[in-house]
Amino acid sequence: MQGYLWFVGKRLLQLLAVIFCGISATFLVTHLSPVDPVEQVLGRLSARSNLSPEAIAATRAALTEMYGTGQPILQQYFNFWTRLLRGDLGPSLLAFPTPAMDLVGRAMPWTLGLLVTSTMITFIIGNLLGALAGYNPDNRFLKAFGLVAMGIQPIPYYVVAFILLIIFGYFFPILPVSGGFAMDVRPGLSWQFAGSILQHSILPALSLVLVGFGGWFLGMRALVSNVVNDDYVTYAELAGVKRSTIAGGYVIRNAMVPQITALAMAIGGVFSGTVITEQVFNYPGLGSLLIDAVNWGDYSLVLAVSTVSITAVAGAIFIVDLLHPLLDPRVRAE
Amino acid sequence: MFSILRDLIRYNIEFAIGLALVAIVVLFAALSFFSPVDPTLIYVAIPDQPPSAQYWFGTNSRGQDLFWQLSAAFRNSLIFGITVAVLSRIISIAVGLASGYIGGWVDRVLMFVNDIFVAIPIFPILVLFYFVLRNNMDSFTLALIMACFGWPFDARLIRSVALGLKHREFTRHAVFAGMSTRKVLLEEHLPYVMPIVFSTFMNNMLWSIGLEVTLAVLGFTNLNNPTIGTVLYWANSHSAMVVGVWWWILIPVILIVMTFLGLFLLAISMNEYIDPRSRLRRMGA
Repeated sequence: MQGYLWFVGKRLLQLLAVIFCGISATFLVTHLSPVDPVEQVLGRLSARSNLSPEAIAATRAALTEMYGTGQPILQQYFNFWTRLLRGDLGPSLLAFPTPAMDLVGRAMPWTLGLLVTSTMITFIIGNLLGALAGYNPDNRFLKAFGLVAMGIQPIPYYVVAFILLIIFGYFFPILPVSGGFAMDVRPGLSWQFAGSILQHSILPALSLVLVGFGGWFLGMRALVSNVVNDDYVTYAELAGVKRSTIAGGYVIRNAMVPQITALAMAIGGVFSGTVITEQVFNYPGLGSLLIDAVNWGDYSLVLAVSTVSITAVAGAIFIVDLLHPLLDPRVRAE
Repeated sequence: MFSILRDLIRYNIEFAIGLALVAIVVLFAALSFFSPVDPTLIYVAIPDQPPSAQYWFGTNSRGQDLFWQLSAAFRNSLIFGITVAVLSRIISIAVGLASGYIGGWVDRVLMFVNDIFVAIPIFPILVLFYFVLRNNMDSFTLALIMACFGWPFDARLIRSVALGLKHREFTRHAVFAGMSTRKVLLEEHLPYVMPIVFSTFMNNMLWSIGLEVTLAVLGFTNLNNPTIGTVLYWANSHSAMVVGVWWWILIPVILIVMTFLGLFLLAISMNEYIDPRSRLRRMGA
């Protein structure tokens, strides 16, 4: 037990370091760049309307105060952290005066739901089929499946999402291709609303699953086909242990360990896939919010989305890491 | 070297297919050096022409000959991928070898930094860079930024090999003979990790070109520079599929799938080659 606590402590330290570095990086990128956010907003405003010089000067002063860009950089860095810890990154310009963090909070459940369900489906299906394919290398169906997985796996998220969009939006319009739920459904705790959400999430989730599962399938197949040749598996077979016990307890359990590590490493990549999927299917999550914020030059919102997504991804990796010792006794003993 | 290549092509059908696909794409991209038109110009051909004898891949709604446009786009994207892969390989070799061979606190510090880089999601960071740099972000800047994030997985892989090499007889001989650490790493250990470097090179190219496509499709790169991603961006923004200019989408998608599949097959077949167990199984021994 003590070993496990040590492990958790070490990982927690790492989690904090990751969050600190990631958020510091977002601060440095945005504040050390030669582009001034105040001038950017002013450029946008004055391009669309005729403002008097006095009004521009007043707007500039107000914006400088709001973003705090007039102060020395260290002071700004300090302020940034204190405001972040209070969960306040200023109002969003996109939906003024809603605080940027509120918008992020509203978008978060959508992304989280999509990401968690599709990652779990992908991970379970991919690993299960991959293990079967590795354990029964002569099965024709699984061999064909491996070829399909190999063909789809390297294609970028965008292309797969777009192909699905063309197929289901253009040729067989049977599934909704845009939005998080139907326009005529009132949001609330009702079966109708839940069904609508489910129906709208099928295509985005499907595109994430299609791209993701091939990697797990191929990885698991390779791992299992190596473990199967290990001495202890041969020994168990000779000793007459049941085949199902060998597959579950001896082979899959040992091959699972590197896959859990890989899951922790894949989460960041899946997140960028979610961003693009949300954009293609117009899904109301963090990705769409980030893209809108960039296109509108909404400084606070961009900062809010990036800090929250860095924290969330690091947190997810931390949680997956905690599962690791439960599968691998060596990590517990370390 | 050539005998390895010959064996791979003979015994490994995936390698052969991958090599063929990549060769086709590279040849196609290389044609852009003989391009009769400047791919950055618009409205130089009749818009929206379907594929014909004059325009092999048709023309798009921006009045560009798609054949030369795509050729230039694939050249730029491949060069981009190679730049990122070379730069990040240099970092991962340096970190991996040093941390595996020197060990101790150097190893701990480097691996701590490594783990931080693994956990930071790169996509928000890239979007931030675009957000502040806007159109000052050319593809070399983007390549530099991506190279800074593309090394940690492979550094860990190289480190695990270097850890094993450290206690081998020849390392001790080299050290007793008075070789400096730098020389031991570059002359004795580097050749052993080269296979990993090659196979991760392909994977890294896949990763960086994929990210570039993602960014460009959202409009977050310099859109006047023809790349795989910007071709898709313009096709999208002119609603090519809806107005019936299907060749503007279909042909790039086919070429993209060929590129990605080819690089992927090369990477996994090289991986298999590195692992002698699976190689023996394939050769039927």
